[in-house]
Amino acid sequence: MMTTVDASGLPFTDNRLPASAPILQTHDLTIGYRHGRKQPRIVAEALNVTLHQGELVCLLGPNGAGKSTLLRTMAGLQPLLHGRITLHGDDLTHLTPAQIARRLSIVLTERIDAGAMTAYGLVALGRHPYTNWTGQLSEQDEGVVRWALTAVGAADLAGRQINTLSDGERQKVMIARALAQEPTLILLDEPTAYLDLPRRVEIMRILRQLARQEGRAILLSTHDLDLALRTADQLWLMAADGSLQTGAPEDLVLSGAFGRTFPSDGVAFDLQTGSFRLLEQPIGRIDLAGNGAGAFWTMRALERAGFAVQPGANGAPVQVEVLNGDGRYRWQLTREGQNQTCLSLQELLRILGKKEKAGK
Amino acid sequence: MSDIIVTPQTQTRTWPQLGLRWTAVSTLLLILIALFLLSLTLGSVRIPLRQILVILLGGEADKATWATIVYAFRLPKAITAVLAGAALSVSGLQMQTMFRNPLAGPFILGINSGASLGVALVVLTVGVTGTTLLAGLGLLGGFGVIIAATLGAGLVLLLVLLLSRYVDTMTLLILGLMFGYITGALVSLLLYFSSPERIQAYISWTFGSFGGVTWGQLQVMIPAVAAGLALAWLFAKSLNALLLGETYARSLGLNVQRTQAVIILSTAVLAGTVTAFCGPIIFIGVAVPHLCRMAFRTADHRILIPVAVLMGAVVALLADLIAQVPGSQIVLPLNAVMALLGVPVVIWVILRRRSLRSSFAGG
Repeated sequence: MMTTVDASGLPFTDNRLPASAPILQTHDLTIGYRHGRKQPRIVAEALNVTLHQGELVCLLGPNGAGKSTLLRTMAGLQPLLHGRITLHGDDLTHLTPAQIARRLSIVLTERIDAGAMTAYGLVALGRHPYTNWTGQLSEQDEGVVRWALTAVGAADLAGRQINTLSDGERQKVMIARALAQEPTLILLDEPTAYLDLPRRVEIMRILRQLARQEGRAILLSTHDLDLALRTADQLWLMAADGSLQTGAPEDLVLSGAFGRTFPSDGVAFDLQTGSFRLLEQPIGRIDLAGNGAGAFWTMRALERAGFAVQPGANGAPVQVEVLNGDGRYRWQLTREGQNQTCLSLQELLRILGKKEKAGK
Repeated sequence: MSDIIVTPQTQTRTWPQLGLRWTAVSTLLLILIALFLLSLTLGSVRIPLRQILVILLGGEADKATWATIVYAFRLPKAITAVLAGAALSVSGLQMQTMFRNPLAGPFILGINSGASLGVALVVLTVGVTGTTLLAGLGLLGGFGVIIAATLGAGLVLLLVLLLSRYVDTMTLLILGLMFGYITGALVSLLLYFSSPERIQAYISWTFGSFGGVTWGQLQVMIPAVAAGLALAWLFAKSLNALLLGETYARSLGLNVQRTQAVIILSTAVLAGTVTAFCGPIIFIGVAVPHLCRMAFRTADHRILIPVAVLMGAVVALLADLIAQVPGSQIVLPLNAVMALLGVPVVIWVILRRRSLRSSFAGG
């Protein structure tokens, strides 16, 4: 199902700002929790970040680093401890909740259990800051609701009861609800959690589309490193001590910021693949010849088995060459001058495994 | 296969309709009017419908006693039933939304018990005697009892709400039951030191009845219930936002604290007033909101509040009609009728829809 967003002709009030204008800025911000007269518990301090229009920003960090606290503080749902947050240049604490609701919206992790409510009715609740005391939706309000559902590709779900929706469908409807608030900034707390991979990719695609085509700023927290690296315009890395590093995803990879943000025993961030992998003492070295998908997955298989794999001939005791003909793969294993052809990676690994055991 | 034929869907798409479905509402209204008239004709003496209409329009009935029966007994009782049914179902609806719990209702969370305690305290200190608890109390006494019942109900509700910030909903329901036991124990202690007539009066009060309310007391009950309902109606939009939970409601710009305070006030006035005049009426507060959601398949309070008013009135009138056992001199305890006839109906409805989740999925 492909949905193209066509905002032309739809009754959508355009409150976008000039290109790349800062939408939200934090100035020397300290976030955390105040418990009565006790010393406040500081989660993160000295935060100076800026969210620009049309930007998709992913907030990454280990569990408990304070991602949700930061999002909730930015949304004005939780008091800040020190510093300032400006939204469209106005101090957040000087804005009324209704004013904030027209400028930013939030998608939380908590599950909506409103029962007997259609997806359409749920998205219509996003018009709350715009309707009068009766909550009556105008033609224009309904136009925005329809546009929001269409924009996330959930128009077909409009008449469905929300408790019959799958997790992925529900998340799309929740994003449509946030969009119906016509905010310039949408904050999302782990929108891809609990979703399978195709659904996660779809949600990220929708969010990027909203940022690029609608010119909104989008900030989402996620644990999905790979997807964040591929889709985000900017990454905010929040370490366990609350320190925040920002930059383009690739810059952060090359500067080694990932390894510092997610320090963990037995796991290392691999600069080559942009992912984390298990740290183990290699059980042997293998030279791999070949290219394309065959070489990639052979490398994955060998690394999984615990080998250190080097592309090209480097004089390792074992060589594997990937052969591809007629759309089928073969693997030629060369060791101690002997050649052996395997029909599957499973067979290759079994032979290598026997060899290793025999060698020990 | 499916991509061969491409139809321009965006133009032909039909979107769901929001707002009241007037045909369904008018049907409910007609049922209510029919039941109202029926409750005037039926009783220990059967009065023909034509005569009822003549009496109501100020004409001369065939028998003079019929006018007396209608004006002195049946009309105030029918009006009371309508008010009580409407008030209890709307208070139940508000509580289920506020606590996001399908089991919430005036009785379950101990709010009726709070009202009972208030009533028992007032009755003991004022020192009323008589066959019914409220008989003999004048207009002023009526106000005193209402204030006591409302304060009792409001206090328990406030306590429940404060606790709801710290405990989960399941714990809250258990705590509500505990409040019920404590207030019940206090009431029985109060009654232990009362005279046998008062105990008798209190027990028949707990049976629940729409019959004991006089025209004078209706002058108090009508504005109190009207105020409670108006408050609920004014906050229908806010109640809708609360369906998403407190955090989302705040992110929509809602003043959650103020909204909760108003809902508590409205619920306490509605449940407290009814409990003061009719006794602790069970079933309506919990069940009618579910019936409304199922019948109208919506969670929108702008629809549910007027529908709950009508549906609650219908259920109350129906239960009262059956309790009268038309054509006999017997009057069954209202709460017994509510439980024996109402509960199987609700169970049947719930089982037919497989689960309550399809109408209300609570935490």
